[in-house]
Amino acid sequence: MSIPYERRSSAPVIEPVRSRKLAKVPFLELAEGRLQGVVSSGSDVSRVYVSSITAGDHGLSCNTNNNRPCGGLSGAFACNHLRSLLTEATLQYGAGRVARYLKIEVAEDADLITGLHPTVAANRAAEVFSSFLRHLSYLELPATTDPLPDLAWFPAAGAVR
Amino acid sequence: MLTDALRAQPTGLTEALALIDGLDDALVHGLARIDEDRAAALESLAEAFNGSPLAGRVSDSIGKIVSGTVTDEHLAALAGARSALLGAAHDALLGTLSGALGRDRLPSPPSAAGPVIVAGGSRSWLRELAIAGWRGVDHELASAGSPAVQALLADPAARRLAVLLDGFAAELRAAAPVATLERIPVRRWADLWSRALLLSQDGFPADPGEPVDGRFLLLGLDLHEHPTVFRAQAHGLLETAGGDVRLVRVSVAAPKVETITGPSAWRMLAGFPIFRAAVAEHRAVEVSGLTLTGGGDLIWDESRVTAGEPADPFATARVRLGAATAFSATPLDRHPAAIAEPVLLEGYTPGPDALDLGGVSLPIDTDRLPVAGPLTPALIAASTACIGLLRWDAGRWLVQPLAVQASVKKKAVAVHTGDWALGPLDAKAAKAEAVAGTAVDVLRERAGRLLRK
Repeated sequence: MSIPYERRSSAPVIEPVRSRKLAKVPFLELAEGRLQGVVSSGSDVSRVYVSSITAGDHGLSCNTNNNRPCGGLSGAFACNHLRSLLTEATLQYGAGRVARYLKIEVAEDADLITGLHPTVAANRAAEVFSSFLRHLSYLELPATTDPLPDLAWFPAAGAVR
Repeated sequence: MLTDALRAQPTGLTEALALIDGLDDALVHGLARIDEDRAAALESLAEAFNGSPLAGRVSDSIGKIVSGTVTDEHLAALAGARSALLGAAHDALLGTLSGALGRDRLPSPPSAAGPVIVAGGSRSWLRELAIAGWRGVDHELASAGSPAVQALLADPAARRLAVLLDGFAAELRAAAPVATLERIPVRRWADLWSRALLLSQDGFPADPGEPVDGRFLLLGLDLHEHPTVFRAQAHGLLETAGGDVRLVRVSVAAPKVETITGPSAWRMLAGFPIFRAAVAEHRAVEVSGLTLTGGGDLIWDESRVTAGEPADPFATARVRLGAATAFSATPLDRHPAAIAEPVLLEGYTPGPDALDLGGVSLPIDTDRLPVAGPLTPALIAASTACIGLLRWDAGRWLVQPLAVQASVKKKAVAVHTGDWALGPLDAKAAKAEAVAGTAVDVLRERAGRLLRK
């Protein structure tokens, strides 16, 4: 008996993410029509770059946390931070989901970077950085022993076994 | 007989679900775009309440919604109607099952006044979603709930709604723009939307409970997760000081981020060492003055529990589960998807996707075998006994195994979901956990440096 996805309370929506090392790119997300994230600087431990690629028109943006433009991003040529962001996003979400979200068309197994047709995008550093801070704030929230009955709808990830 | 209950189709269930589908389909297209068919479906829903105490409010609200006036009050009545129908479906399904299991059930607890939470932001986002419909959810609308979620997370009394809303919002963000999505999880999103809407009403009732003393014996552990929460829920028996044996649940949950997943998510529950040890080592727990709610949730408090001697969950299930008394969900929590009834299954023939109980094939809920635990489909296929949760979804019963006794390479083994609560016992998984486990440290280090600026 086949069960229609539409009529399942437990229909899976978000594909489980794969864990990855976070040192280089501590945070990334597919949100607000962008792949956006925070990339650690290779030379200065107290500096991070805030990088983003828009879905569809592939607008690139990369700035430091002090809002200085990234020296490596020239016009429509992706800097190493943006390359790391895309590589790590592929590890976390799988190439398929990232390609679908950003509307990148590449041959199967090809590096997603080769499918970018980049343009220059507006600086989104402030929004991305505040999203990162919001992300970090979850680690400061207290645990709870409330019964949370609605979590019946959210089984723990069965993953990529 | 359990097999009869698994085959039984309660009277009226199909009709009730058809009415739910009519409402759910209206939410796909949005309440701003109700065509004749969808209006007729909503009107049938209203008619189903004729003669019930909800009749007036439901028919009035649906009438207004169909004619284009969508207020918070009308939406609350719509969500209430949906919840009442699904509650009745829950009762019919669980009633048949309880009869077959010979399981006594206490009546639903009386409701008490709930805490006051500030949920106006949540209500208005949920209203916008209902008006636009799932197909109208773009990046902007999907993200629009974020301020409401952040505000609710800051209030411990609003945690339940915050956690639900955050999980729902994450799904909408991942699926946006929904207009281009191939398949929409229609029932699921309507479930999450209507539960969140009810929880956002002033005066949503509470279930305060009473203090109890006794001994908690583990049956099995269930794990729940969405991008920003990880929750371990133990099902077990409480032997009270008065000599009653009650089927109860214990829940511990921690906020997390998406990149913390799999076995390393257990690290977020570091504040519950006794819980983790009791689960990993199958220890009985002496409890003193813990609150037991009327719905059967034992509210954990590490300062009021002591881990005791090991107690084999299979022995507990064989000897004590049969005579244990279960609780009933609070009225607004009743929903077929909320059914998770602990059972011991033996004498079946395991197949790759189902357990053959002799005449009835009970599908295995393989989506509920978490990577944070050691249970695998292969172990279930080699099993001879299983402690599991009976669940119901999309027209059928399923079993979610929580523990199995199996024969692996001619050796008898017992494997439980909670076995990794103190860290994976399997070398490969332990190595992966160690690598992923540093995620928390890396994020805290980054946060420390950047936030000090």
